Amino acid sequence: MKQYIRFLYRCGRLSFEGDWRYHLWMLSLTVVALLGLNAYAQQLVDGLVTTGMSDQVSWGLYISNFTFLVGMAAAAVMLVIPVYVYRNEELHDLVIFGELLAVAAIMMCLAFVTVDLGRPDKAHHMLMKFNFPMSMLTWDVIVLNGYLLLNLHICGYLIYCAYQKRKPSRAFYIPFVFMAIVWAISIHTVTAFLYVGLGGRPFWNSAIIAPRFLASAFAAGPAFLIVTLIILDRVTTYDVPRKAIQTLRNIVTVALIINMFLLVCEMFTELYAGSAHAASLKYLFFGLHGHNGLVPWIWSALAMEVAALIILLMPLKRRSAWLVPACLMLVVGIWIEKGMGLIVPGFIPSPLGEIVEYTPTLNETLVSLGIWAFGLGLYTIFVRITIPVLSGRLTIDSVDHYGQFEGGAHAESPANKEIPS
Amino acid sequence: MAEQASPTRRSFLRKGVTAVAGMSAMVAALSPLKDLDPEDVPSLQELLQKHYRDMDEGELDTALERIRDEVKRRYEVDAVVRDVRSTDGVEFVYALNLSRCIGCRECVHACVAENNQSRSPEMQYIRVLEMPRGTIDIEQGNHHYDHPTVPDADHFYMPIQCHQCADPPCTKVCPVQATWTEPDGITVVDYDWCIGCRYCEAACPYWARRFNFTEPGLPSEDVNPNMSYLSNRPRSKGVMEKCTFCLHRSREGLMPACLEVCPTGSRKFGNVLDPDSEVSAILRTKRVFVLKEEVGTLPRFFYYFDERSSRAAGPEDAR
Repeated sequence: MKQYIRFLYRCGRLSFEGDWRYHLWMLSLTVVALLGLNAYAQQLVDGLVTTGMSDQVSWGLYISNFTFLVGMAAAAVMLVIPVYVYRNEELHDLVIFGELLAVAAIMMCLAFVTVDLGRPDKAHHMLMKFNFPMSMLTWDVIVLNGYLLLNLHICGYLIYCAYQKRKPSRAFYIPFVFMAIVWAISIHTVTAFLYVGLGGRPFWNSAIIAPRFLASAFAAGPAFLIVTLIILDRVTTYDVPRKAIQTLRNIVTVALIINMFLLVCEMFTELYAGSAHAASLKYLFFGLHGHNGLVPWIWSALAMEVAALIILLMPLKRRSAWLVPACLMLVVGIWIEKGMGLIVPGFIPSPLGEIVEYTPTLNETLVSLGIWAFGLGLYTIFVRITIPVLSGRLTIDSVDHYGQFEGGAHAESPANKEIPS
Repeated sequence: MAEQASPTRRSFLRKGVTAVAGMSAMVAALSPLKDLDPEDVPSLQELLQKHYRDMDEGELDTALERIRDEVKRRYEVDAVVRDVRSTDGVEFVYALNLSRCIGCRECVHACVAENNQSRSPEMQYIRVLEMPRGTIDIEQGNHHYDHPTVPDADHFYMPIQCHQCADPPCTKVCPVQATWTEPDGITVVDYDWCIGCRYCEAACPYWARRFNFTEPGLPSEDVNPNMSYLSNRPRSKGVMEKCTFCLHRSREGLMPACLEVCPTGSRKFGNVLDPDSEVSAILRTKRVFVLKEEVGTLPRFFYYFDERSSRAAGPEDAR
């Protein structure tokens, strides 16, 4: 126990150390996170009127980000499957980076749901009158928190074993790894069911939403990981195996193709029959009765996804010069498609046929950016600690030379990761 | 000696400055909270208050007393806050005669006055649609019609409010059971239990639910002092509210405010379990329909057209 507390203390120390790039990156994230906190304090005082939401469009940027991030969290499993199901041992260490991403993403999800609540001070009512199993939101609370615990356990156990120079006992983590695989699918399916289960919202009330969620998540999540790994490879001493990037790239390509295919299926079904149910889809892609706030967004999202797909399908280049921009476009494209492109049009037109458009305000944008900065900072710290542990520089018997430590460790700064906004 | 101490002191100073800078940035970030209205911070009593359906009589009395005090503090009004329960053998149903409605929106405003809704920002439970003849597709309705006089000869009018469904999707999705259907068929919200996630608002096919995006603006002189826990007591920011068929009136034999004010008699309300009630007779004899029957929520709000001598027969007949 004492050892463990010392481990946590050393990790805490370590997260304040790094070269100037690391400090600059963390400082900028802290500034943005504090701006977000400031905006949230304002929201607590004035209420959700500080957002662009209305009785017609009652969910906006917060729930959009939440939905997207659930996908990012679920995608970690795409690194786990090759390693544990197909015994691809080369990628073993990388699994931890995937699962740490899942932990950070779930924390962001929880933050986004919390800022969306009108009465966060009464959130404890959830524990006292839990409407399970009727409300899909209670299912989501269970699967998200369960997934968080699973991943915290797996990463925490493996990292602490490496720190102690012990060989991890398979019985303590392999069963949880397989549980996490199933669980990852469940978090995104349940989140899709949140929307799919609403009979009064024809845009969401479609069986294809859940498969589309998974396909887009398995494209965006691994794409984000590729970017992270390439940055780690460049700015740290950590060597990312070529093969890892290649595996992830194949996953991204296939998932993206499936995602586009499902999108075409959905558009055809809705538009060819020309039923009144297609009003939201028409609003999204072409505008409705002169209202077309989302049209430029969705088409730029599609353009980015198609461009990314073309780059990914090109004969494999060994260099990653094109890979990073392709992955970034893909992440942003899916963020738009699944965020603003899925949540907002579900509310337009309203159930009574009224068209009220939605534009996020500055305040809610700041809150969202703040949560992104918080999540990225969290992930940076996780990675900052994990790399010296995995490479054996931070172990139970290593000496703390805080002043000189930086020379060996470099800074792990996954800098210039984009924050879609 | 001095040379050895200096790096330590420098690093100590640096850490100190960083810590102070960090703390002050944190305080600065949280500074808007100083404007938080003390009324918005829930009292211990409010935090410990149980769910409406779990309170015993004593606990309910305490809650009603607290609400009375709050109304007094906030609006300087001596309110009567009661808990009005449903009666066995009663199931309320609404019927609306579309041939008679002239779209005057009197019901909308009577509802706001009766139920202490926010005047600024404006909140209304009833939405009246101006419909072109030849369709009952509400997507073709005009929400914002504004003629000097109503009715317009080429349109009919369709008021929409909570349909008090028998299989309501809104109560099903609530993660904290803050909303439920009472034995007499009225779907209510415990405003003290709602956490403001707005899932019910997304679930409702009739757009019947409203959210308090900010503190409701209700001038003291407009407060209706006859209040009940589950209906028209003042709400706080961040919670949902909705039409309750004015249960503080209807459960005591009065008609809902929207019906009482209606100048045309288009609105009919009563106990469907009583075979002699007017609504029972309407359901028996008129060709009634419900909106969006296909979503299967079984509304207790019916629409019908007069089959004879109706305004709908044509502009000539109407005069």
